Amino acid sequence: MILASGAIGTGPEYMQPFFNFVNFICRPEILFTGSVAAFFGALKFRKILVKPPVAIAMTVGLIAFILISLLSPQFYNEARKPDNAPIFIMVFLTGLVLWAAFYQAVNNDERFRQGLRSDEHEAAEEKLHVWPYLIYIEAIVAAFVLALLFAWSIGLEAPLEQFANPAKSPNPAKAPWYFLGLQEMLVYYDPWIAGVVLPGMILSGLIVLPYCDPNPKGVGYYTFEQRRLAITVFLFGFLILWVLLIFVGTFLRGPNWNFFGLYEPWDAHKLLSLNNINLSEYFWSDLLHKAPPQEWWRREWPGFALIFAYFTILPAAGTVLFKRFYQKLGFVRYSMVVMHLLVMFSLPIKMYLRWSINLKYIVFIPDYFFNI
Amino acid sequence: MSAVGDQVRKFLDESVYQSVIWKSVFRHGFPDTDRNRTLVVLSNLFLHLHPAKLKGHAVRMRYTWCMGGLSFFMFLILTISGVFLMFYYRPTPEYAYQDIVALREDVPLGMFMRNVHRWGAHSMVLIVWLHMLRVFMTGSYKAPREFNWAIGVILLKLTLLLSFTGYLLPWDQLAIWAITVGTNMARATPFLGHEGPGASLIGYDDFKVVHSKSDIRFALLGGSIVGPSALLRFYVLHCVFLPLVAGFLMAVHFWRIRKDGFSAPL
Repeated sequence: MILASGAIGTGPEYMQPFFNFVNFICRPEILFTGSVAAFFGALKFRKILVKPPVAIAMTVGLIAFILISLLSPQFYNEARKPDNAPIFIMVFLTGLVLWAAFYQAVNNDERFRQGLRSDEHEAAEEKLHVWPYLIYIEAIVAAFVLALLFAWSIGLEAPLEQFANPAKSPNPAKAPWYFLGLQEMLVYYDPWIAGVVLPGMILSGLIVLPYCDPNPKGVGYYTFEQRRLAITVFLFGFLILWVLLIFVGTFLRGPNWNFFGLYEPWDAHKLLSLNNINLSEYFWSDLLHKAPPQEWWRREWPGFALIFAYFTILPAAGTVLFKRFYQKLGFVRYSMVVMHLLVMFSLPIKMYLRWSINLKYIVFIPDYFFNI
Repeated sequence: MSAVGDQVRKFLDESVYQSVIWKSVFRHGFPDTDRNRTLVVLSNLFLHLHPAKLKGHAVRMRYTWCMGGLSFFMFLILTISGVFLMFYYRPTPEYAYQDIVALREDVPLGMFMRNVHRWGAHSMVLIVWLHMLRVFMTGSYKAPREFNWAIGVILLKLTLLLSFTGYLLPWDQLAIWAITVGTNMARATPFLGHEGPGASLIGYDDFKVVHSKSDIRFALLGGSIVGPSALLRFYVLHCVFLPLVAGFLMAVHFWRIRKDGFSAPL
């Protein structure tokens, strides 16, 4: 057994096969692909997954996995950081809330098939006085949440590290947990995209969402089958491109923002061969066997052409391929939907390009900080 | 009901609910009749955030998960604990860290209040996300509530900014480096950041309008590093500006949900 060169070990000997396996499947390309597959699998097999015994078994499995993981000194070190507590709460609370939503959605979709109205519709027949029927729920929930918050505040102390020292930067230097998804995007895109354009597009996408969703169904009750596209896209963005990236940024990114397996000790001296290559080098050197031109407008035209095609030819093709969708939305709303979707999917596309062909930049103009 | 219960009830009915003081405060009897249950909601500033009656599905916890109400509840807890912390905190590098240490070690309930504020802030971020998730899952963002959803998106952003600006205030290593990482992105803002695309195009020859001492990051931090002016700016944003804007938008958010109506199946 090779002991890591870092200060902490790799945990008990008998756990090593399991730890090595988990470290392996935590590699970004495997973890991301696996999560996407699991996401679509979960939507497909939602009727099985929402059954209470299955949901309870999955919760128990997750708790067991976390407890076993604590045997790893590396994971234990990260898990006990007080500011990482919200990550665990996020995982369980998001799971609970999604389970409750899909449990009711599956139930309602089955009712619609039988020609019945939604469960909510039945309940809405009756009008109830807010006092006492809602006020009491609110009072009890508020008291319960306040008690939990007090217990948390008594049991866990907020972190306070050394006095601020601008000369001594920690490695890794991490943003607060809720921004770690954005920090993870910095691996694949320059700050002007990962830190400015993508967050801006997340907000603008959320704001235009109600104006661009032409589906009148699914208001006031849980359903999946009446809103497949909207729910799939929204949850893909939230779970895969936000929650998963927060997990990666918290537990799998160590010193120098290098990638580490879940149980792999963070070694600040870990060396990775980073030979990422720009698209222009691929095009001029590998394809045409020429020296790349010096002027950026000549050197970078393949990248510009690719991006131009991505944002024009794909939407244009979509008007033909998804003609009914296009007609229902009209030109303006269709353009907004497609632009936001294309920007959203540019993140996984760049990820896969990085993992497969070590692509660094599609367009590389360092003089103007214009790198894509 | 037992004899004692009857006696208590009789006493309340005849002596308390009819008293001048009770009537001056509540203006109606105990809410156990339909009339009084309506009046209690209509005549109370806090309760009248609700309508007097709701359709049955909207009252259920499994429909709303109480997440919207809890977001507001967290905002109130954070306001109260935050005001407490403000009594003991001075936003300058000389004092800020020492004040937190003193808060932890010398102030009665100081550590507890700081913990409530920090864990409450993390909780609020999560609760706002989950509120948004449930509003999406029930299709409640659709007409006629599109605009209120947009207000909600701004409130989400304000929640994150409130949490982010508060992160700097303890002035420890965790604080300045998290804020350094976060605000470094502003350098790269197109046209407005000195390392952003297009910024070098604004100007003439060697005269640059956008440089490291004039860009948006400089405006945010009041300097080119996370220093004393950044601490003061984040403090003012955190304690005054952002809560005011959030409070104002919350008023609009709550008003509009009453005017647009609570989402219901048709």
